[in-house]
Amino acid sequence: MDKSKIHPTPMLDVLEDGPWPSFVSGFKRMRDEHPDSRINETINSLLGQLEHSYETRKGYWKGGTVSVFGYGGGIIPRFSEVGKAFPESKEFHTLRVQPAPGNYYTTDMLNQLADSWEKWGSGMVTFHGQTGNIMFIGTTTDNTQHFFDEINEYGWDLGGAGPCVRTAMSCVGAARCEQSCANEHGIQRHLVNTFTDDVHRPALPYKFKFKISGCPNDCQNSIERSDFSVIGTWRDEMKVDQAEVKAFIKAKGRDYVLDNVTSRCPTNCMTLNDDDTLDVDNHNCVRCMHCLNVMNKALSPGDDKGVTILIGGKRTLKIGDLMGTVVVPFMKLDTAEDYEKLVELASEIIDFFAENALEHERTGEMIERIGLVNFLEGIGVEVDPNMVSNPRQSSYVRMDGWDEEAEKWFARKAEQAAG
Amino acid sequence: MAQDMRHPIESGCPDGFQYMHPSMRRNYGQWKYHEHPRPGVLLHVAHSGDKLWTVKCGTQRILDVFTLRKLTEIGDKFADGYIRFTIRSNVEYVITDETKVEPLIKALEDAGFVVGGTANSVAMISHTQGWLHCDIPGTDASGVVKSMMDELIEEFKNCNMPNRVHITTSCCQINCGGQGDIAINVQHTKPPKINHDLVANVCERPTVVARCPVAAIRPAMVNGKPSLEVDEKKCICCGACFPPCPPMQINDAEETKLAIWVGGNHSNARSKPTFQKLVAAGVPNNPPRWPEATAIVKRILKEYKEGAKDWERINDWIDRIGWPRFFEVTGLPFTKYHIDNWTGARNSLNASTHIRF
Repeated sequence: MDKSKIHPTPMLDVLEDGPWPSFVSGFKRMRDEHPDSRINETINSLLGQLEHSYETRKGYWKGGTVSVFGYGGGIIPRFSEVGKAFPESKEFHTLRVQPAPGNYYTTDMLNQLADSWEKWGSGMVTFHGQTGNIMFIGTTTDNTQHFFDEINEYGWDLGGAGPCVRTAMSCVGAARCEQSCANEHGIQRHLVNTFTDDVHRPALPYKFKFKISGCPNDCQNSIERSDFSVIGTWRDEMKVDQAEVKAFIKAKGRDYVLDNVTSRCPTNCMTLNDDDTLDVDNHNCVRCMHCLNVMNKALSPGDDKGVTILIGGKRTLKIGDLMGTVVVPFMKLDTAEDYEKLVELASEIIDFFAENALEHERTGEMIERIGLVNFLEGIGVEVDPNMVSNPRQSSYVRMDGWDEEAEKWFARKAEQAAG
Repeated sequence: MAQDMRHPIESGCPDGFQYMHPSMRRNYGQWKYHEHPRPGVLLHVAHSGDKLWTVKCGTQRILDVFTLRKLTEIGDKFADGYIRFTIRSNVEYVITDETKVEPLIKALEDAGFVVGGTANSVAMISHTQGWLHCDIPGTDASGVVKSMMDELIEEFKNCNMPNRVHITTSCCQINCGGQGDIAINVQHTKPPKINHDLVANVCERPTVVARCPVAAIRPAMVNGKPSLEVDEKKCICCGACFPPCPPMQINDAEETKLAIWVGGNHSNARSKPTFQKLVAAGVPNNPPRWPEATAIVKRILKEYKEGAKDWERINDWIDRIGWPRFFEVTGLPFTKYHIDNWTGARNSLNASTHIRF
């Protein structure tokens, strides 16, 4: 590339200093060293626009309509508002591509994706965006189609963008974590691949996200960041290896266990005995994970594993941040029928959301507007005391259906007792 | 011609097992425990006795293909050809041969990557798009994160915090960055400036009116053209109207500020998950290095590191010492803006005599 055409970047240059790897240096390598002049020119132009943003403290991208043939979403279109000054990057669209659950790759596959991307795009990529997609950042409208056609042939599909079912995310999971109580990979693929049509053709009131964590540590942030949060848990007794408890006390001391394990238990269900064994009141354990995190070798989840499902988490817009609410306290996920039930529940919820949410209203906001009980009745789920922190405090409610509701509770209890 | 176009293969989310290390496939769901031999390295042991070392490193997140190929080259040469990305965009290599751990770390560090981010470290800052690619950003993300990680790198490389620290950034008040122990988020301070000549052609006006959280927007005729007007007394300057209506410009070189929030925690460990709370605002949006925001983050981290007990996350620490003491030890001002007035605000007021002296 003609050196005289290089946009000066005095402010961005400052971000090449310092010990943390610099994205600016990466951009400059693409501008100066990549063999394809198209990439050199695109990145030079992009750096020019970014420097302009740094100088004026404003963004200069606007959206638009770009998709690939057959789909309605999956691309984040970006057209520059300062394209006259920076013409080589005036179209700079991002393709959102769904990764495997847990974000696993072989180096061969990453190299293959890099080859395709430098052929059709800017050569800049992020693993991954906040929704969980691989973000192939920067290409033209035409090349969006070419790049998608190429990678779609070897197994990659677009994710969601706009008011649709979005790309899902899972934690590292059972592949490399002893706390995992679920098959995150199976859950994610069963759920999101049932709704492929709703991923590619945005037609919902607003976005709908699935996230899956293998245990209540919720490394995937699913309670707070997804409409449909699936979290692994167990309902039998946690496993206590008393020999390892003793070894832990020998290494760390009794005080450490008292200060950092038993006294930190939110329901006071742990007792350290005089003989350096640990008792657990499993009936009152809320599976918070703290003691398992601290005494990782000595304490483990039980064998009767399953999942808890929480619905309605989201970030700030429009009514404020919401955590998900428990809708299914415990569900086994062992058999094909169990997975069918999970997918059925998700279908019910998405259908109800599609029919009842206002435009641009998330599931949690809809529940806030109509009340949890109306939502539960809409999706055919019975009430459960695990759904609330405490029962109602206000007496301002009409309760002339009490006798029938109480009868339903006793009938359900009798049914459960009968197995 | 549509019939000549290639039809997509709607394969959706791919099967991850094809990309997993053989040890992960073999021991799927069969891990027993893990140890933390040194910062940046985890050792997982399976019930089968198999051992798997993970080496974790931080990158610039937005990768050029040269950097990506450097990461894969290191993976081929020093690991077993498998790479995983964490949700905070760190890279993880897994290997079954302990003797490969140190050479792998050396190769990563020689190439400029930063090994760390495990256990009680300050993890990689959760990252949004910013000026580089977003259509509504009030600030940049890559630059803020680079600037802060330059200053926090020792806390990433070591595990000296009471518990892990997750920092997040967001370039607008939608807050894509999510909840964090510390969050640095854009906070606009003035209502949008409306270009009335463009509104009628660009914006679907009822949609924009419906988007406002406080019903401050209404349709109006301005200079004979259909447009929108904002009741500036009601406006909370959130910028929700800007994405559906770009002529309602919310970003401003001076009036768009940063705010700092603390105590967001996704985990169920000990207490239930918590949202972050406002601690500082009016922080200048000051590229290319944002020194004022970094200084506040470092001050909060210093007090947390000194004051918190083992295993306390920032929210646990503040729960124990109380908010008055938090403002005292960090030297941050407590203002009328810290007292919530949004839906549910009453739950955040102290209706007791629980006061620390």
